[in-house]
Amino acid sequence: MSERNNSAWSPSSRELERRKERGRISRRQAIIAAISSVLVLGTLISIAITSPGWAVVRKTFFDVNYGREVLPKVAEGIWINLQLTFIGGACIGVIALALALLRTTKSPALTPFRYLATAYVDIFRGAPLILIILLVGFGVPALGLSGIPSNVIFLGTVAVVLTYSAYVAEVIRSGILSIHPSQRAAARSLGLTSTQTMRYVVLPQAIRRVVPPLLNDFVSLLKDTGLVSILGVTDAVRAAQINASRTFNYTPYVVAAILFLIITIPMTRYTDRAIRQRMSNQNSEGVVV
Amino acid sequence: MSALLELRNIRKSFSTELVLDNLSLEVPEHTATVLIGASGSGKSTLLRCINLLESIDDGEIYLDGQEISDPLVNVDEVRRKLAMVFQSFNLFPHMSVLENIMLAPIKVQGKSKEEARAQGIELLQRFGLSEKFDQYPDRLSGGQQQRVAIIRSLALNPRVLLLDEVTSALDPVLVNEVLSVVRDLKSDGMTMVLATHEMGFATQVADQVCFLQAGNIVERGSPDAVLHNPSHPQTREFLKRLHEAGRL
Ligand SMILES: Nc1ncnc2c1ncn2[C@@H]1O[C@H](COP(=O)(O)OP(=O)(O)OP(=O)(O)O)[C@@H](O)[C@H]1O
Ligand SMILES: [Mg+2]
Repeated sequence: MSERNNSAWSPSSRELERRKERGRISRRQAIIAAISSVLVLGTLISIAITSPGWAVVRKTFFDVNYGREVLPKVAEGIWINLQLTFIGGACIGVIALALALLRTTKSPALTPFRYLATAYVDIFRGAPLILIILLVGFGVPALGLSGIPSNVIFLGTVAVVLTYSAYVAEVIRSGILSIHPSQRAAARSLGLTSTQTMRYVVLPQAIRRVVPPLLNDFVSLLKDTGLVSILGVTDAVRAAQINASRTFNYTPYVVAAILFLIITIPMTRYTDRAIRQRMSNQNSEGVVV
Repeated sequence: MSALLELRNIRKSFSTELVLDNLSLEVPEHTATVLIGASGSGKSTLLRCINLLESIDDGEIYLDGQEISDPLVNVDEVRRKLAMVFQSFNLFPHMSVLENIMLAPIKVQGKSKEEARAQGIELLQRFGLSEKFDQYPDRLSGGQQQRVAIIRSLALNPRVLLLDEVTSALDPVLVNEVLSVVRDLKSDGMTMVLATHEMGFATQVADQVCFLQAGNIVERGSPDAVLHNPSHPQTREFLKRLHEAGRL
């Protein structure tokens, strides 16, 4: 009913003038930015190229032909990293959610589990990931237990999942705690049980709020899957290492780094944008989504 | 006549601060009880205790003859009969207007989606909000949000509606929007307990007005008696200050 007609409007001459002015200002700014970028980057590159050590650096780290040669092997390796990330990520999501819910529950029957969840998070958040990988990857097979697979990819994934579940659980828990108590009060006063309140009111808002930090953790997860190479998993890092140690040329490492960056940079850009959007949502008006 | 809601000797303190002190109140069915009193006198706390959002330290609360202050009662069941509307609306921001209204009928009363939807649409129409059914709360004005919050509570067909300063976050024009909803409910015979700073409105809808001071009902009676011929000096003092502040 408050919809007003907008179609009859055409901008005034003053508005048209202002638009032209704005266009001129932004063109000028773009030109300045371009000149400054060319100057600074050009200087840096020319210093690097003309310096006496450049030839050696180029041969050891940026050998294009050698890079092409090892690319398929390293790419095959990064496929393993990606698989670990997605399969591991799914497991982490489920376990972390369970841990976060256990840590925030007030149900008396779950009290022992609440303490266990807290201890779990303390331990796995505090211990270096590489130690957990070594313990699980080498320690568990040493037990010689039957029924537990001794496949290094499996054990490496388990180690990463154990640690990351603790990180992610804390992120989700902080999201749950950030929901204003009045939301809970409103839901409870409508007769929803505490479980229903969590399920339909608190959790959906909490998860939305922690999406940006979770995306950050996802990027870290992808990078940290490189650590399972110490167990002998031929992921991208290991594939690069094998080739580099054979030839004493470090180009394979650079190739692996570039492959990781091709995946992680778009992800971090996207995360930054999500965070910015979240911020601007919160700043406009009192309602925080 | 036995009251639908009855409070006997309620006592409530937060750590060392005594907020409700031996307070008793009877709310007969189909009547509106208005709580007035200075900020901090305990109005919100009283409503929250009735809704079992706070536990009381002593005394008894009866709803329909059942003692709901008994620790063994199922609080979720009691709250279905007692709806509370908050000063700050507290709509669920991740749900549309209609979803906000449908949530409790579906999850609490076990209604079907279609049934809950039909009822929600009907309520929205009745209060002039049917166009907004698929909007999210942050796209609504404060008055619209508060009306949705009231509708959300009404969808459960509560026996008693508790309203805590439902207009104090709104500008004067929006206040009337919300108050006319309350007036409608009153003429439908809804039993209500409301805390308000709108004295003119209190005169219009109240069957009884209670003046709270330091957690106690100092004076209680018809709106005319309490607001125009107060017998207690503290009530007179409060009304005089309101008058000076231009709120009366
Ligand atoms: N959760 C709490 N913890 C500690 N003290 C509280 C709590 N809630 C309320 N109080 C205290 O209880 C007293 C009464 O508060 P209450 O909100 O009931 O007042 P009110 O009459 O509703 O005031 P207003 O008109 O400002 O809303 C205040 O002194 C307040 O500080
Ligand atoms: Mg209050």
